[in-house]
Amino acid sequence: MRRVAIISYGMTKVDRHWNKSIKDLFSEATLKAINKVNIPKVDAIFVGNMCASDLCDQNNIGTVVADHLGMIPIPSYRIEAACGSGGAAILSGFMAVSSGLFDIVVVGGVEKLTDGVGKKATFSLGKAADFEYELFYGITFASLNALIMRRYMEVYKVPREAFADFAVLMHRNGAKNPYAQLQFEINRETVLKSEDIADPIKLYDCAPIGDGAAVVILCPLEDASRYSDSFVEIAGIGSATDTIDIASREDLLLLKSILIAANNAYKMAKVSPSDIDLAEIHDAFTIDAALSLEALGFSKRGEFDKLLYDGAFEPDGLIPVNLSGGLKSRGHPVGATGVYQIAEITMQLLGEAGKNQLKNAEIGLAQNMAGVASNSYVTILKRCR
Amino acid sequence: MRPIIDVVISGWGSYIPIYRLPVEEVARIWGTSADHIKQELLIYEKSVAGIDEDVATIAVEAAKNSLKRSKINPNELGAVFVGTETKPYAVKPTGTIVAEAIGATPKILAADFEFACKAGTECLQCCIALVGSNMIKYGMAIGADVAEGAPADPLEYSAGSGGTAIIVGSKNYEKEPVALLEGSVSYVTDTPDFWRRPKESYPSHAEAFTGDPAYFRHTISAAKLLMEELGLRPSDFKYAIFHQPNGKFPLKAAKILGFTREQVEHGLIVPYIGNLYSGSSMTGFSAILDIAMPGDRILLVSYGSGAGSDAFSFIVQDGIITKRDNAPKVMDYIKKKRKIDYAIYCKIRGKI
Repeated sequence: MRRVAIISYGMTKVDRHWNKSIKDLFSEATLKAINKVNIPKVDAIFVGNMCASDLCDQNNIGTVVADHLGMIPIPSYRIEAACGSGGAAILSGFMAVSSGLFDIVVVGGVEKLTDGVGKKATFSLGKAADFEYELFYGITFASLNALIMRRYMEVYKVPREAFADFAVLMHRNGAKNPYAQLQFEINRETVLKSEDIADPIKLYDCAPIGDGAAVVILCPLEDASRYSDSFVEIAGIGSATDTIDIASREDLLLLKSILIAANNAYKMAKVSPSDIDLAEIHDAFTIDAALSLEALGFSKRGEFDKLLYDGAFEPDGLIPVNLSGGLKSRGHPVGATGVYQIAEITMQLLGEAGKNQLKNAEIGLAQNMAGVASNSYVTILKRCR
Repeated sequence: MRPIIDVVISGWGSYIPIYRLPVEEVARIWGTSADHIKQELLIYEKSVAGIDEDVATIAVEAAKNSLKRSKINPNELGAVFVGTETKPYAVKPTGTIVAEAIGATPKILAADFEFACKAGTECLQCCIALVGSNMIKYGMAIGADVAEGAPADPLEYSAGSGGTAIIVGSKNYEKEPVALLEGSVSYVTDTPDFWRRPKESYPSHAEAFTGDPAYFRHTISAAKLLMEELGLRPSDFKYAIFHQPNGKFPLKAAKILGFTREQVEHGLIVPYIGNLYSGSSMTGFSAILDIAMPGDRILLVSYGSGAGSDAFSFIVQDGIITKRDNAPKVMDYIKKKRKIDYAIYCKIRGKI
């Protein structure tokens, strides 16, 4: 198996891109990535996307973006794993290069949620859950997470305010990220006084609806220096699934797919959680942040708030979390989110993160998931010198 | 745009139904937060047309009030236009009902206009054109609606009922002009932010798309265009009125353009009666005419989804003083109210 490098990245700002289509967004991010490096060709495109069939009335996204980029006839296809589509695309690109089938691949994600209005977008996103046993009965992702958040607060006696304070931290980070959708700071009251979405979840516990595209370019590690002066290695990657409905789980507060994916990624990269310098985690709702940090091994179960108030997740803390602002502030263009995370970690490791730059970052972790972690992708990147 | 002949406002009048549905009532039914609506949208209650009221009755009441102020003989009217998106009849003009009711028939042009919430000012533009080209002596422009938001839709908190009539005439004929038109512009693009298909009871909207690319783009562009054409700045105006789908949007548009809150707040009526759609900006303008003094310059900017804005600049004249008290003021109607609960709302609006 060949070792795999990321030699470039490109992103659009996450926003309500009213006047741009999925083609425009994906091409913008891809051309940014391609223009940074000196590559002779692209062998294939893997594009993560969840909702285009529902909200943009478009299938066959792989061909759509390849055609728009003028890259026909290379292989190009869509990877769909709900909100984990981006992470799944990264895994697919990794497999393609490490296997030796392709040498240079574009791995991206694109989503245009603002083409869907109201219930249409909510319903489309809800399809990440079990249609027969959850969605059919009117449940939404917010309500699934609300059930879990209430349970978490009851079992671990974690105060409601802790979740609000995590959102505050995310906005503080996102305010300095030019790619973030919500580039402004908030306070605890902003969260607690915001609109009820699904009790106890408030509006500011949720990631916003937005559009965006992110792209990275992969190649064999041994060839990376031919195309770029700076690059990172995908040192570990893991993926796992869990039950599609949350009622079938033995423990509602343990996101097993993250735990398994993370353990596989740590094992492949030969690192442990304490070796990780920074992490981008999947905080679609603030409760997801708590459960993700615990499943990744950064926090003991039920102690998310203790670490939060110890400053562990701050930019100068033990494990800086979501320097991009996370899904909460950077935004969550669902099928692209997993690729945004990889691009953001790459940017940090290459020292190109601007106002959010972390000093001396060597190893970063990205965790992307679908639904309530019904599938998960954990990727560990290492800086190359 | 400027007419060949100077055009003035001769009279104005509004009508707002007595019933009010507080946001607490809508929030109670749907389990939402009334405080959130009040804080975020600056809407406290909305006016609701009674069981025997519709756009025709509202338009007639407003027209009669405008005639009380104008003091012209209705036969001097050469046009009655009604701008609305809630016509009582799909086919049959409301303009004829109003013209007949006020005694202005038969030698008169009558029609209904539709351009979502800017139909009223569209009527005003057309009356200005007819008067300004000397085709008619006086024209009456009415903006009125009995707006409806679908149950549980955010618009249900704000969609109100009411309207305003404005009579414009030639400066050559009008003895006591209320305000002189300095100029106007219209700014229109094909922007589908809000619509209602035939035979549908409630409108659809594209949520956040109704903001920046729709309302703000058009209101701000129209206002800038007008000020550029007239060589004016925000500080040259005493008052500014922007279409009021909620309380937040007009305040934000004003701020972006460089107007102060003081210039806008006197015409901000949406917190108390909701969004009157075609009657919204015109009723805000009516509220300003109720208090303005000779020499005051007023900016009026409408917005209609689909989308477009009309912007007007007026300078208040001496006639406003003698005419003002001849009809009920907007604030009189706002104060004269009877609160209803959601059940009565459903009954009188034919939802049950």
